[in-house]
Amino acid sequence: MNREAPLVLGIESSCDETGVGVVRGTRLLANTVSSSMDEHVRFGGVIPEIASRAHLDAVVPTLREALDTAGVTLDEVDAIAVTSGPGLAGALMVGVCAAKALAVATGKPLFAVNHLVAHVGVGLLDDGVYGGALPAGLGALLVSGGHTEVLRVRNIARDVELLGSTIDDAAGEAYDKVARLLGLGYPGGPAIDGIAREGDAHAVRFPRGLTQPKYMGTAEDPGPHRYDWSFSGLKTAVARCVEQFEAAGQPVPVADIAASFQEAVVDVITSKAILACREQGIRNLLLGGGVAANSRLREVTAARCESAGISLAVPQFSLCTDNGAMVAALAARVIMDGGEPSDLGFAPESSLPVTSVTA
Amino acid sequence: MIILAIDTSAIASAALIRSHETTDGDPGAPNDAAVLASFATEDTKSHAEVLAPGIRALLAEQELAPGEIERIVVGIGPGPFTGLRSGIATARALAFAWDVPLHGVMSLDALAWDVLAAGVPDDGAGAPGADGAAPPSSAPPSSVPPEFGAPEFGARDFAIATDARRKELYWARYGADGVLRDGPHVTPPGGLPAVPVYGAGAGIYPEQLADAGATCVHAFDAAQPTAASLGLVAAARIARGLPLADTTPLYLRESDAQVPGPRKRAL
Ligand SMILES: [Zn+2]
Repeated sequence: MNREAPLVLGIESSCDETGVGVVRGTRLLANTVSSSMDEHVRFGGVIPEIASRAHLDAVVPTLREALDTAGVTLDEVDAIAVTSGPGLAGALMVGVCAAKALAVATGKPLFAVNHLVAHVGVGLLDDGVYGGALPAGLGALLVSGGHTEVLRVRNIARDVELLGSTIDDAAGEAYDKVARLLGLGYPGGPAIDGIAREGDAHAVRFPRGLTQPKYMGTAEDPGPHRYDWSFSGLKTAVARCVEQFEAAGQPVPVADIAASFQEAVVDVITSKAILACREQGIRNLLLGGGVAANSRLREVTAARCESAGISLAVPQFSLCTDNGAMVAALAARVIMDGGEPSDLGFAPESSLPVTSVTA
Repeated sequence: MIILAIDTSAIASAALIRSHETTDGDPGAPNDAAVLASFATEDTKSHAEVLAPGIRALLAEQELAPGEIERIVVGIGPGPFTGLRSGIATARALAFAWDVPLHGVMSLDALAWDVLAAGVPDDGAGAPGADGAAPPSSAPPSSVPPEFGAPEFGARDFAIATDARRKELYWARYGADGVLRDGPHVTPPGGLPAVPVYGAGAGIYPEQLADAGATCVHAFDAAQPTAASLGLVAAARIARGLPLADTTPLYLRESDAQVPGPRKRAL
């Protein structure tokens, strides 16, 4: 196997995007994504069975297009890579079966990789801020419809640690639910981000979950959820707030509530992430996941990183949302690090822990 | 030519079939298709783990290079969604990588093949393995357009049923000649026609089938569709110049998704 600059094809199908990407070492050659997002709009959230059906029909056309874009053939590829988790079980299954079939058909090695770590891997491509290198003291803040985590990355290929995560809803999920409460449609992130610009972020003081001393503790004696988040209480608070206006027969101040909700989410995400960075010696923070597109999250993260002396990297948006290039990018790192391919008998694992970089 | 057949509509299975395609659709041509090698799981939950290693082992066992597979056929269900997709995703990706033709076969046809191979008596006295003799029958009509209503078939018809979970069966009705008469459907066991029913689905609900006037054929009450038989069905159709389906899955059920209703206002 070429371990210098391996040509890797990566397949992603953990949620509602069917992604196929191609990288050569740390260079991106193709990033083709087919999304079933439009099919979920009327349900107000991703429906796993609809996503799985869409993956089945999209995977081969997406594969064909990615190879064409990269200008390579399947024969030339050094390795196949696929997301084996975490994600929706039925959705993961489609990508895993397709990737295994490609490995059988071509005799190429197959690398099953962790979706969350792959979000970090894509930030380490040549065009990213780190110029293909793995910086020391690297951390990652991942925020999307499916996840909210802060990670420490000692070695992207085999040593990743979970510092904190949501204990209930993902941030993007909270956005979707609140957007529905406010009648703003799906997906909630862009809808709330848009209308929040017209509202007063300090109109309502919504709770910041898990920030009480009993959860936080101190740096020396950390509480049980020092770097963790919870968004379900926030969602309930927004519902109560809307109900109070309705019960009083007053118009619901949608823009103010959206702005105040967004402020609460962004404030608690960034304050805890920066706290984790400071206390854990993280000097370089990478922001990833679909919610990285949120203007307020970027703004506040940038400001707080700057005042804490932490460098912030945000990959281009097409690489922040779920895609196959991130899978290929991480597998290429694993190969360059001397990692071994996965056994063909692995199963998709919907709750694969972040410490398992490969399966 | 060598066909790779895959079915994951219930258990996971794959098979290599050798057949000759020189007859060019001559309906009288002998069908000499044979199963070279096959594997099948017993459980219905490990498709994604076992299928690819199983296919790789078949190829190795037969010392076949990838280029020697000339066609792929895959069972398109009906079957539980996630398992069904495992086989179809595998087949589609293999066909893409090898650049070979890909076809679908309704999975229940594979089990109908096994029933016919076990021998349907031609005297109308009963189907293979049936409990007791079936009543005499008139010859089934060769075809009845569906717009004329539910056709009345002879008693030599039989049905294939597999487990659809949620207290339902996937089933289809066949004539004694193996021609699909009706289906596939997904219904509770009471929805089956009053004919002998073969397959693991029948074995789960013998009493309910009896209540509906159908009979569970015990010799087949654990039988599942297999890729080996699916491949033979495909080879027979190809030899006779009959068309095969594409690989669109026969889900038969919508996803369970509910469009959320309007939120109740607090008044
Ligand atoms: Zn993601």
